[in-house]
Amino acid sequence: MEQFGQEFLNLDVMAKVAPFLLQGLLQTLLLCSFLIPIGLVSGILVMLLTTSPYRLLRWPAIAAVDFFRAFPPLVLLVFVYAGLPFIGLRVPALVAVAVAFLINSASYYGEIYRAGMVSVPKGQREAARSTGLSATQTLLYVTLPQAIRNVLPDLLSNTVELVKLTTLASVISVPELLHSANLARSLTYNSSPLILAAIIYLLLLLPIVRLIARLEHRL
Amino acid sequence: MTAADAMSNWDRFVFTFFNADIAMKYGWEILQGAGITILAGLAVVITGISAGFGLAALRAIGGKPVNFFIIVFVDIFRSLPPLAIILVLFFGFPNIGIVLPSLIVLWMSLSAVLAAFAEEIFWAGITSVPKGQWLAARSTGLTFAQTLRYVILPQAVRLGIPPLTNRAISITKNLALGSAIGVNEILGRANSALSMSANATPLTMGALLYVLVFIPLVIASRTLERNYRWGEH
Repeated sequence: MEQFGQEFLNLDVMAKVAPFLLQGLLQTLLLCSFLIPIGLVSGILVMLLTTSPYRLLRWPAIAAVDFFRAFPPLVLLVFVYAGLPFIGLRVPALVAVAVAFLINSASYYGEIYRAGMVSVPKGQREAARSTGLSATQTLLYVTLPQAIRNVLPDLLSNTVELVKLTTLASVISVPELLHSANLARSLTYNSSPLILAAIIYLLLLLPIVRLIARLEHRL
Repeated sequence: MTAADAMSNWDRFVFTFFNADIAMKYGWEILQGAGITILAGLAVVITGISAGFGLAALRAIGGKPVNFFIIVFVDIFRSLPPLAIILVLFFGFPNIGIVLPSLIVLWMSLSAVLAAFAEEIFWAGITSVPKGQWLAARSTGLTFAQTLRYVILPQAVRLGIPPLTNRAISITKNLALGSAIGVNEILGRANSALSMSANATPLTMGALLYVLVFIPLVIASRTLERNYRWGEH
């Protein structure tokens, strides 16, 4: 038990590496600060394509979404980061992360919005259009808000997934929280930095996970 | 740009990403990785979903202290990034005398994550069955256990199948994380073939193999969602 405490809950080690991990946390938050908003917006664009009345738009979009939902994000990331330099396209690690995870999250957000749109009764759109609203106005003021409300727990839960996804950036040495923690572990020969990182992730995400559980049971 | 330049660029692209010689040389190697990915995936799905089902049933029966522990387990494993769990098990545990092979670490970590999500999904299914069904079943003389077994759980499972399929797919895709701790699955083998051959073709093959394994499941989940759509209430 003492050995366990020494290895995982060593407060001295935690105090020593805390500033370093905080730097990693800032990088994680930076990643989230652009991945989440861009993912949320591009998901709407993807949904507009996959629910388009034109087959020529809809089918390729659905095929692309399914393709990228079957593509493990880490494989996509390694492909962008390690594959493209071979044809002379050397992308910085941060750009590779942005490209790979946006493709991945746009597909997932897109599917969630689509499920939301399907859940809005057809009559809503027809009624809105018959009052003279344009197609865009109908989308923005009538159908989309209801769709979002219906799938709010799923949108939140995908956002949690996206935050967790940023840890994969550590594989290509982006100095985000988990990468810093793992580096600190190898320098201190002690696993407490990893536990500290886990605690930070819990502090960040547990409240949202609780909120999702409450929203789901209310619905 | 002249036509000849464009041609050579195209050739270079094919040579780099779709090189037949390289594909022949490393194809079998990477295909074996797919075997590991599929077997590990099956193990994760079976362990994760059964554990999640068991926990949800336990929560329906259980008293306060049991439920508290289940909720804590579920919340923690829903919040933690899988890679963090994998690193703790793989690098931390040997220092307290517990050495686990990397494949076992991968299986345990992802199973725990899937169990947490599955418990939540089954539990949501159980709570969404109207109270009247419990009362009606009990008043016909069924015991509590029988009601749970024959009335409530079948409905909860049916309700849970579409979200569970999606969740199982996205968690199983994390098997690629095994490459970070040296598991010989598709990505791990493709990565080492990449550095040995100095060519991106192994990575293309790895990516295509992953898509080939998962795309039938993704399409199946789309069909399931259509067929199991819960009526408006």
